[in-house]
Amino acid sequence: MQEVAKAVIPSGTPEVQVGIADWKVGKEPVILITLGLGSCVGITLYDPVHKIGGLVHVMLPRMADFSKGSGKPAKFADTGIPLLLEEVLRLGANRRLLEAKMAGGAQMFTGADNKFRFDIGERNVEVAREVLRNLGIKVVAEDVGGNRGRTMVLDTATGRVMIKTLGSQIKEI
Amino acid sequence: MNDDVVDILQEVGNIGIGNAATALAEFLNAKVNVTVPRASLVPVEEVFDHIGGVEEIVAAVLLRVEGDLSGTVLFVFSEGSVLKLISQLLGQPIGSLEEIGGMGESVLMEVGNILTGSFLNAISMMSNLTIIPAVPLFTFDMLGSIISSSLLGTGMMEDQVLLIETKLAQEGDEVTGNLLFFFDVGTLNSLLNSLQVQLESL
Repeated sequence: MQEVAKAVIPSGTPEVQVGIADWKVGKEPVILITLGLGSCVGITLYDPVHKIGGLVHVMLPRMADFSKGSGKPAKFADTGIPLLLEEVLRLGANRRLLEAKMAGGAQMFTGADNKFRFDIGERNVEVAREVLRNLGIKVVAEDVGGNRGRTMVLDTATGRVMIKTLGSQIKEI
Repeated sequence: MNDDVVDILQEVGNIGIGNAATALAEFLNAKVNVTVPRASLVPVEEVFDHIGGVEEIVAAVLLRVEGDLSGTVLFVFSEGSVLKLISQLLGQPIGSLEEIGGMGESVLMEVGNILTGSFLNAISMMSNLTIIPAVPLFTFDMLGSIISSSLLGTGMMEDQVLLIETKLAQEGDEVTGNLLFFFDVGTLNSLLNSLQVQLESL
């Protein structure tokens, strides 16, 4: 994980880890990191003027589709993104300046089991886009789909988002 | 967990690994030594503490099971174990999982299948519940991505996972793998009840 950050971020920068079905917000110079995005989707919101950012790691599209919604709003795209918005605003971000980036939504498994279709990644991405559109937040970059897991890093000092994928170079989106 | 449950699960592990050893020896055409596996129920969120870090690269065989007992079964091999298995079986060492290729993938799936099937049969036998496995799927990637993606097959599962930690040794090379059984909501109790009933009737 650290190698992802080290490539472009000064050492000694405080790092905040965002777990699965979790969210964190921060101000410059904090970097926010989430690991193991498979079919999950990571969404960042960033205000480039106030240098405030947030990252949420959602697992599923809509809370209502899963009646056993374990009361963790960050688990779902349709509840997690509004929650993240609320928190970056509370930290002092300006809503009109916010930009979103997203990564993840992969289809991880290869094989031929028709009973076990993993289109959940795709649905996570669709719902996340829709939620952002309804909130009036522009998605400025995406790295979604495919069949590999990702690690996602947001640098609040610059708004840069770095993606590390198995077997590929670190890339910025 | 009460002691009875621990004992029953341990017994499931023992019978499963016994079956697996025989089947693997046949498949690998070599003697396979097994150690007693550790079987336990662990909370979903503690899975990583048992089997490795979120970013650790692993190979996994995944299958959905239906029947009296339904859920998602994942068999996870560490990268080191996979490299050992592949070089033994195909006689050509590979440097990393990314070089695994179609043949290596098939071999690994077969080993994962044998192990998974052996444990599922043991569970079925001990509980008298029918378990129907579907076709296995394969992936290698970060453990965190694999686990979080596997859990989403249903989106509805119990908070406890059955974890069976296995060690196989072949000609001194140790191969470790972990079986994870994510139960669909409502099925874990029926399993535990059935196991208890079977135990009491012995």
